[in-house]
Amino acid sequence: MDAVIVDSITKTYGKEKTHAVNGVSFSVKKGELFGLIGPDGAGKTSIFRVLTTLLLPDSGRASVDGFDIVKDFRKIRDRVGYMPGKFSLYQDLTVEENLSFFATVFGTTIKENYNLIKDIYIQIEPFKDRRAGKLSGGMKQKLALCCALIHKPSVLFLDEPTTGVDPVSRKEFWEMLRRLREQEITIIVSTPYMDEATRCDRIALIQNGNFLSADTPESIIHSYPDMLYAVKAENIYTLIQSLKNFENALSCHAFGEYVHLSVKPALLKGTTTPAEDHKNTEDIKNYLSMAGFKDIVVKKTEPTIEDCFIKLLS
Amino acid sequence: MIRDKKTLLILFGMPVMQILIFGFALTNEVKNSRILVADYAKDVASQQITARIEASRYFDVEKTILDHKQIESAFKEGKIKLALIFPERFNEDLLHQNKAQIQLIADASDPNIANTLTAYSSSIIQDYQNGLNTTYSPPYRIETEIRMLYNPQLKGAHSFVPGVMALVLMLVCVMMTAISIVREKETGTMEILLVSPFRPLLIIISKTVPYLFLSLINVISILLLSVFVLKLPVNGSVLLLFAESTLFIITCLSLGIFISIKSATQQAAMTVSLMGMLLPTIMFSGFMFPVENMPLPLQIISNIVPAKWFYIIAKSIMIKGLGITALWKETLILAGMGVFLLIISLKSFKIRLS
Repeated sequence: MDAVIVDSITKTYGKEKTHAVNGVSFSVKKGELFGLIGPDGAGKTSIFRVLTTLLLPDSGRASVDGFDIVKDFRKIRDRVGYMPGKFSLYQDLTVEENLSFFATVFGTTIKENYNLIKDIYIQIEPFKDRRAGKLSGGMKQKLALCCALIHKPSVLFLDEPTTGVDPVSRKEFWEMLRRLREQEITIIVSTPYMDEATRCDRIALIQNGNFLSADTPESIIHSYPDMLYAVKAENIYTLIQSLKNFENALSCHAFGEYVHLSVKPALLKGTTTPAEDHKNTEDIKNYLSMAGFKDIVVKKTEPTIEDCFIKLLS
Repeated sequence: MIRDKKTLLILFGMPVMQILIFGFALTNEVKNSRILVADYAKDVASQQITARIEASRYFDVEKTILDHKQIESAFKEGKIKLALIFPERFNEDLLHQNKAQIQLIADASDPNIANTLTAYSSSIIQDYQNGLNTTYSPPYRIETEIRMLYNPQLKGAHSFVPGVMALVLMLVCVMMTAISIVREKETGTMEILLVSPFRPLLIIISKTVPYLFLSLINVISILLLSVFVLKLPVNGSVLLLFAESTLFIITCLSLGIFISIKSATQQAAMTVSLMGMLLPTIMFSGFMFPVENMPLPLQIISNIVPAKWFYIIAKSIMIKGLGITALWKETLILAGMGVFLLIISLKSFKIRLS
């Protein structure tokens, strides 16, 4: 049986009945690292709160570890780990006190499950007498993860654990999550960062409370239908403007220092011949130099999750 | 500011409220105090004086002849504030010896009221005496013998120590717990606590028990100070006083928890506990303004203020030296309030967000 089963959950807020989650269904297998990817306000936190029994859904059913989120909410609360998006530990307690507090709350000890958190805790252990409020962003998240893990939860819910954390710590954090998979802990994690999507076993792209797509990152990328080119020239703003008027252009958006331009494929989706690529690159180059751009670079590129997200939005 | 309705209400509503409350309700002046006239003489003079006293709006007179023991118990139960005792052959003494005595016994556990009451009644008696002296030639003299019960030296500390105790405990307990749960909501820790085996009752207990002990330390220090510095002995059982204080503290803590559960922010919780608790405690506990003098609606309101009951209990134990047999009613009311608040706190504890 799947660790988490969600069946057309809907959640609205306020009198206007704004849909935060709009009939979402998915399931997560035991031991899977499942990512909810979407921008702020997409409904990620609402899904987390419904699954952690903090909010009641307006309609739909869901179960966590085999227990119904409405009927058996007590049982779910006993066995899951939850790390909210906002840092929510006791700022006045030290690192160690926080950890032992949460161990006590769940009726366990730090010693009992130390092997589970060892890899992570070892990094913050030098600061164990420091108050949690005085830690840096990355260390706070590591501590919060330790606290959520200390009772060996069957399912771990991490709401935007890497938001506001520096790139190095983010990378470390994801490596820790990969290692936790080996402990057979099901992890559901949300993030607004598209580049983190590929670190999950499976992901769901969310926008405005709707799932755009849910699959492995590879097959989502693989199903990208268009040909994608990275274009660079000296003025990126006017470059986007004029690329929009390129005859075969489907969409274009800024991507780092490049502009990603998607072009309708001549043949079957995703399969292009080198000759076709070459022709397209030359066409774009010519078009741009005609428009008066200098230092033009055009190259074929592989789509990323972000490109897929933008494609799915359009 | 026009759009901030709450500020406007406070700005214009407050003065109106204050004027009304202080003008009508909270007066130090003594009105309709229940007094007892024990007339052993039953003659012309005693009845004339009684009639004059009855006519005064300050007094609510009850006429019965009681023996000393019964008078004492009437004082203990707080039924009366003052007793006027005419000895036998009052008029005879007055006519033949030109001199008679009236005994005034006042409940001095509140020295201000005792002073005022004895002064009022003495002046009425004086008045009567002066009236007599215009018609009879040899001057008559009516002596009043005043006895201040419980507090012969009329020390102010007698009434303010129990009052301060009620006030401090109320403030500390209600305010501290009022912010306790709402703070967890604000910092987000409540979100994690909810997704854990921690149950609401356990959260409430773990929030209140530390303050129970802190407040008991407060009680001890207040009592030590009053005994050793203010030289005010505890006349009743110290153990009983402690038990009653614990009961009052638990009631206050439950009240604080209830406020905390109901408020959205720490600031709101603070405001509610300050405005909603401090003011009524000062006004209605009987500590500053005698409750008996208030209009009936306010007297009824005063019954829901826990501090009023504790003030009565503490005063009775400390000054009058009463035991639980005389105070079971007040104790029961306090306990009832505590249980009620605890139950509605548990019922209104949100086990989910929003």
